[in-house]
Amino acid sequence: MKCTFRILRFDPVEDECPYFEDFSYEASEKKSLLEALMDVRNEQDTTLSFRYSCREAVCGSCAMVINGKFDLACRTIVDSLGSSLIVIEPLPNLEIQKDLIVDMEPFWQALHKVEPYLFPAEEIPEKGHRVEDRVMEKIDQFANCIMCGCCYSACPVVSRDERYLGPAALAKLYRFVRDPRDRRGFPRWSKVSTETGVWGCDTVFRCNEVCPRTVRPADGIESLRRRVVLGKIKQLFKRER
Amino acid sequence: MISHDILVVGGGLAGLSAALAADTRLSTAIVSRVHPLRSHSVAAQGGINAALGNSPDEQDDSWERHAFDTIKGSDYLADQDAAELLCEKAVPAIYELDHLGVPFSRFPGGVIAQRPFGGAGFSRTCYAADRTGLAIVHALYEQSLRRQVKVYGEALVTKLIVENERCVGVVIYDLATGQILPVRARAVIFATGGYGRVYLKTTNAYINHGSGIGIAYQAGVPLKDMEFVQFHPTSIYPKNILVTEGARGEGGYLLNNKGKRFMADYAASAMELAPRDIVARAIQMEIDKGNGFDSEYVLLDLRHLGEKKIQKRLPSVREICIKFLGLDPAEKPIPIQPAQHYSMGGIDVNDRCATSLEGFFAAGECACVSVHGANRLGGNSLLETVVFGKIAGQEASRHLEGLERKEPGEKTLLDEALAERNKVEAWMSRTSGEKAHRLLNRLKLVMSEKVGLFRTKSELEEALEEIREIREDYGRVCLSGICLRYSQVLVNMIEFACMLDLTEAITLGALRREETRGSHYRLDFPERNDADWLKHTLITLKDGRPEVSYRPVRITKYKPEERKY
Repeated sequence: MKCTFRILRFDPVEDECPYFEDFSYEASEKKSLLEALMDVRNEQDTTLSFRYSCREAVCGSCAMVINGKFDLACRTIVDSLGSSLIVIEPLPNLEIQKDLIVDMEPFWQALHKVEPYLFPAEEIPEKGHRVEDRVMEKIDQFANCIMCGCCYSACPVVSRDERYLGPAALAKLYRFVRDPRDRRGFPRWSKVSTETGVWGCDTVFRCNEVCPRTVRPADGIESLRRRVVLGKIKQLFKRER
Repeated sequence: MISHDILVVGGGLAGLSAALAADTRLSTAIVSRVHPLRSHSVAAQGGINAALGNSPDEQDDSWERHAFDTIKGSDYLADQDAAELLCEKAVPAIYELDHLGVPFSRFPGGVIAQRPFGGAGFSRTCYAADRTGLAIVHALYEQSLRRQVKVYGEALVTKLIVENERCVGVVIYDLATGQILPVRARAVIFATGGYGRVYLKTTNAYINHGSGIGIAYQAGVPLKDMEFVQFHPTSIYPKNILVTEGARGEGGYLLNNKGKRFMADYAASAMELAPRDIVARAIQMEIDKGNGFDSEYVLLDLRHLGEKKIQKRLPSVREICIKFLGLDPAEKPIPIQPAQHYSMGGIDVNDRCATSLEGFFAAGECACVSVHGANRLGGNSLLETVVFGKIAGQEASRHLEGLERKEPGEKTLLDEALAERNKVEAWMSRTSGEKAHRLLNRLKLVMSEKVGLFRTKSELEEALEEIREIREDYGRVCLSGICLRYSQVLVNMIEFACMLDLTEAITLGALRREETRGSHYRLDFPERNDADWLKHTLITLKDGRPEVSYRPVRITKYKPEERKY
């Protein structure tokens, strides 16, 4: 299939502002957009820059906006897009470092703020932890996240308030809050009970829509809200006693 | 100048494990060509082996049995004491991963679930559905955040710096700024992964060019057993994306174009769960005999497992098939063919992960201890990364304990970086010449066609000759018009030189080894020959040429016998 890639180009060192550049490309059957971009780079313009690694939708490197839709370039099959003009843009809400490469630092910084790691007990239990599979299943959805940044980038709250932690970080926090092996207490994690944390979400579910891994981060945010309220009520009762 | 006590190169599982195990009083940093979460370790699907004995009717599993399976699977080329170390440490390693947050799938009662894998006498492979690598990388990366391990992301190491026969640092190409800089380190640990992309058909990520192994070789460190290249039986045709061995572990069948489970002809008792070398060869033989489809593939049939089990145990495989092939494995069999998957060989290290170069350590797929010998069992590579990654971190720390805190000369470091910079500038100033990616494709084609599953003297000789020709052409490649910031083209060009060395070492090792063992199948020498070849191949760069030598295999208590499955 003959098509035109209209790619947003920008080199902050050389260019005053971003611009679109067209590349014509003959896509063979089942060609992924990532493979196509590599061909374009190799044959037409060696300065064209984009991130990639696994090419099988598990490393989260190649998120971008393709004909207005957030997705991973590697799992986007060119001839399935049903259009000969393909507009390719970097993830919004993040600064462009070069062409389709954006600065992910704000995304990582937001993640770090939720302390996105298990707080283990002092001792490893002999013969390991006992956790029923149905409990593990509760966190499976969130553990499936590949940190591609689609949700953060598509989030309307992030776009107007850069202090907002964003969907991926909050969903990750929920994954640990639900993990029976985690030892962080309510006072520690409930510090996200703020306008830039769980209460910042507009519940328009853009994150659920754009996630290429069906993590549904908003589910995690909603559940965190419920747990915050529940936790606060419990604290009140404790104090009264 | 950036300076650390321990510099870990590579942010995948071996690198993260090493950084987490390093002495916290030392300054440790990871430098990685991609963000650690983009490492190829995330693509590991099926699982990680340990003799936990959690499967209800298999509680008598033991690490000794695991060691035996590993050694037999290796076609007796593994160093037996190293394989024993790996398997003994496996059990506490899994409990530690679980304790650090890896969301392993569970059996009723809450213990870690285990599934059968190829070449194993027991259900020994622990898993997190079919995204075990992803789960473990994320958990360890998260713990590295907790420990505030410094990470330099998107920086490609291009050279090891050696002064007075000691490793004192590396040169990096920093993609974001386009700068080429020295990094000083008192100890360097390579955890740079495998070289899958020297083959045209591979399950590996695009980043797996194997340059870490090449850089070590160029610094004079020997490479071991490079001729042993694992071809995974089941990669999706035509994209060669992996379908985990777990798919067969859960009960999947391999079918030829007559609808027959052809493994009955090759491994009557283990069937689809014979070791990978045997299954991959069987598939290729079926295809070559005309029993495949379009002379390219056979089928992996999961339909009888039912949609529910496929969705629960193999969700990523299902997702990949739907997304990349437009095919639901619950409804249709998956077209599969063998593809390069893993490098058994690598940087020669001992079981403390030390190399012949003082202050330089290696772990994971880039290293060869050897625990996998001539054929690795599925589920043992993730295990190797966490066990030996940890050992590398501990040993590098211990190495520094006894070392006086003398800073290596700044001049050597700056000079080496300058030399690298000059090399790049020379490439960029050339105005005409062949494009590097086309030349690289030629190299990959040679490897896939002549140094693949089945090998002969004449083809290996041809391959060596062609690699040498490509090396000459590489000297004339043109790189004009590139921008130094975020240049994957420059990355590929730098790594290409390493790939030439690696392919030469693989091919030379394969040519010299006149026997068939594990993944190394010589049509002209179809038998294993323990009398002459129960030994490791070592290839060292001496005066610009590869020099081949050998070292005996360490045997403890498992007497080499014929492999039957």
